[in-house]
Amino acid sequence: MTTATLPARGRAAPRQRWSRDEWIARAMMLGAMALLLTFLIAPLFSILVNAVLDKEGHFVGLAHFSAYFQTPSLLRAAFNSVWVALAVVLVSVPTAFVCAYALTRTSLPGPFKATVRLIALIPLLAPSLLSAISFVQWFGNQGVLKFLLGDFSIYGAPGIILAEVYNTFPHALMILVTALSLADGRLYEAAAALRTPPWRQFLTITLPSSKYGLISACTVVFTYVVSDFGAPKVIGGNFNVLSVDVYKQVVGQLNFSMGAVVGMLLLVPSIVSFSIDYTVRRKIKAQLTARSVPFTPKPRRVADALLALFCVGVCCMLLATIGMALYTSVIKLWPYNLTFTLDHYRFALFESDMADAYTNSLKVAFVTAVLGSVIVFLGAYVIEKTRNLGWMRNAMHLMAVLSMAVPGLVLGLGYVMFFNHPANPLNFLYNTMAILVISMVIHYYTSSHLTAVTALQQIDNEFEAVSASLKVPFFKTFLRVTVPVCLPAILEIGRYFFVVSMASLSAAIFLYTPETILASVAIMHLDQAGDVGPAAALASLIVVTSVVVSVLYSLATRVLLARTQAWRHLRRG
Amino acid sequence: MDMTITKMLAGALDQATPALEIKGIHKNFENFSALRDIDLTVRQGEMLCFLGPSGCGKTTLLRIIAGLETQTSGSIVQSGRDISWLPASERDYGIVFQSYALFPNLTIAENVAYGLVNGRMRKAEIQARVAELLAMAGLPTAGGKYPSQLSGGQQQRVALARALATNPGLLLLDEPLSALDATVRVRLRAEIRRLQKQVGITTIMVTHDQEEALSMSDRIVVMNHGVIEQVGTPMEIYERPASPFVANFVGKVNVLRGQALGGKRFRVGQLEIECEASEGSFRLGEDVSLYLRPEDRVAEHLEAGTPYRLGVLVNKVEFLGGLCIAEVSAEALGGQSLGLHFSLNQMHDLGICEGRRIDIALRASRIRVFSTGRDPA
Repeated sequence: MTTATLPARGRAAPRQRWSRDEWIARAMMLGAMALLLTFLIAPLFSILVNAVLDKEGHFVGLAHFSAYFQTPSLLRAAFNSVWVALAVVLVSVPTAFVCAYALTRTSLPGPFKATVRLIALIPLLAPSLLSAISFVQWFGNQGVLKFLLGDFSIYGAPGIILAEVYNTFPHALMILVTALSLADGRLYEAAAALRTPPWRQFLTITLPSSKYGLISACTVVFTYVVSDFGAPKVIGGNFNVLSVDVYKQVVGQLNFSMGAVVGMLLLVPSIVSFSIDYTVRRKIKAQLTARSVPFTPKPRRVADALLALFCVGVCCMLLATIGMALYTSVIKLWPYNLTFTLDHYRFALFESDMADAYTNSLKVAFVTAVLGSVIVFLGAYVIEKTRNLGWMRNAMHLMAVLSMAVPGLVLGLGYVMFFNHPANPLNFLYNTMAILVISMVIHYYTSSHLTAVTALQQIDNEFEAVSASLKVPFFKTFLRVTVPVCLPAILEIGRYFFVVSMASLSAAIFLYTPETILASVAIMHLDQAGDVGPAAALASLIVVTSVVVSVLYSLATRVLLARTQAWRHLRRG
Repeated sequence: MDMTITKMLAGALDQATPALEIKGIHKNFENFSALRDIDLTVRQGEMLCFLGPSGCGKTTLLRIIAGLETQTSGSIVQSGRDISWLPASERDYGIVFQSYALFPNLTIAENVAYGLVNGRMRKAEIQARVAELLAMAGLPTAGGKYPSQLSGGQQQRVALARALATNPGLLLLDEPLSALDATVRVRLRAEIRRLQKQVGITTIMVTHDQEEALSMSDRIVVMNHGVIEQVGTPMEIYERPASPFVANFVGKVNVLRGQALGGKRFRVGQLEIECEASEGSFRLGEDVSLYLRPEDRVAEHLEAGTPYRLGVLVNKVEFLGGLCIAEVSAEALGGQSLGLHFSLNQMHDLGICEGRRIDIALRASRIRVFSTGRDPA
């Protein structure tokens, strides 16, 4: 650029005066940024600080890291985490791909597909501990199917892999269903017109077009397994993995420095796969043009039957897993006394010293749902609809999506180090229910944020400009137009927050006190104490609660939406 | 001083004060400059069009006027009030976007009343005003419907009614017709123009459609690459384009290569042409381009003495309905070819068809001359 095109320098370049609305929007933006800075960035930073300090607070550089890498047992945990995660990817993703293919590319009857999809999503409702408990019941020392394993033990890698395949299956399935349903029918018509055999259509059109979905599914599954804590804790036995190591270092040995080092290591695979996933997801969106013609599958008898059979098989295994947990919760003692009883529920809810856990979880989930959807939607709104935010917009968006890359365990660890510090003015939050709620909101921020952003991007970008020209304050338009139009998305965010915080274990494991203990944490302790029945009862309760709440919620929202969204379904007349 | 005289003076002054004075507007984005040195005066009550290809900066300029975008430097004065650095909500305008931006969950009446509710009007007054506006927009019974129940053209008019509801001093239209079907577009052109004249509101419209600009506006501002190429009435723009870009962008045009012979005389092939309309001064022998509209030819009643008469060979005929384009080449022009408009009747009467030789004469008085270096890429 030549200097001639620049405005005359000398005086500072004038700037547009901010209206009251713009001050308010920027204040909201700063509030949201302060929230994420305090509850996401600062805790992560204090992990980093702890990793380079010794117990007296002296700077020791990378001494802890080198100590870590010279301890073979610790190093093995990292190696174990990686290979177990890879094994899970190799089982979970192909299985999910076949099921997703059956759900999207076959002419199997609609109700069948809907049922498969519903069953496949059940694992999302349960804490990751449930599947581990279940597999112990099936294949453990007293397991029904123990004989199938011969001398082979389920405790350790095999158990973790099984449990994590169960836990990650719905995540992979959802991503692959999305990827496979974005099919351009014209490509298949063109291929058929060129007499391309079906197998070649699959290899040259279907696979390449679902490439990004596959990559995304692999990274999501990998990250999930590396950062999950529940399943390895229950079924891992002596098999060490990174996530359990963090817990052991911090809770067991109170070695915060080493805990911080392992926490940092845990961040690495997450951040890497998160970056891959993030770039790849953008490409999925760009793949389909407005001119694409939806693909309508044609019936293929043998292939359809085989695929249906496969889905039935997968569903049976999923049901067998959740079913075993439910069954364990209502019988006296596996495998000796199979009489029906509700004792385990009574014990878990009223008699044990962790009897408050279930109600605590309900409270936390409820408050998280309400608070989370308000914060996330407001945050997304100011990012999306305020002009001239410059770097603030990018910084805020980056933080909002970064939270997904931080494993719950690492976030919880950061909270311990940051908020428990006596000099922290927010120290009063420590040991409260509030910090549990905040950790949930932050930990599950990204998905909700992206849902809100998508909804906001679908509405006209000029609403704010129009209201400014009509001299109507933006918050009035926000309440009168933006919120009603985005209501379905907001309600969905609330439901999501409720369900995930009911089942969440990893962040809470560092943050609970005997008074604020959550159901998922209690399940872990009950299981460790050998109270498998009550543990299963509590896990089942979480699943049942989430199901009931989801059903009630969808009924309530249906009524609400029918009342407020009538304009959506009108036709020209 | 006498009261009436003061009033008359104030009124006259009001007429004399431009609706908008734009001075030295620059807009630089990170690594390119979207607008350079924009000076423009908008008169009270006129309909002004910003016309140009996409990326020429016309929408950016409109958004700067609206306060939705901030200029890097320069000033804007609206009816004597400096609004250069005011936020959008403190400026005085109504705006209609390409997408209409109607609130989908509010009824048509609620949409139109949106800006009125804020102004402390009584309910009955608001209702009356909404009814008046909807009647003006030709949608007197649509008040209870939702936007999705209306056609695109109807939504367009609702957006217009909403923008006019608060009686703003300026109306901004951002490509208001580009989302509509061709037939609806033509009808709405006339309707917007009628409404604009009826209300008497100063209006700026952004468009990339030359027909829209030619048919609707009092004056057109032709823009390209962030600068104003020409400002003028539609007729001036078409007949006396100020630059090769304008000549090419508005209407069709033929370009003939030639050399300057001094004064207003030019040589094309073997032909020497005197172009009264040429304005620049050219070096002797300088390469020039002569711009001739396809209709600027005489084909009937030619006599031996008709100036610039030449024989041409019809190479190709493109049939477009009532109007046809004949591509012809002439030895007298050094073999250069021209596209000429003929009506279908002329085609029959003059027997114009491929391979035929016919006689025509150039209307040299209409030819615009620019030095060849200025031809648009």
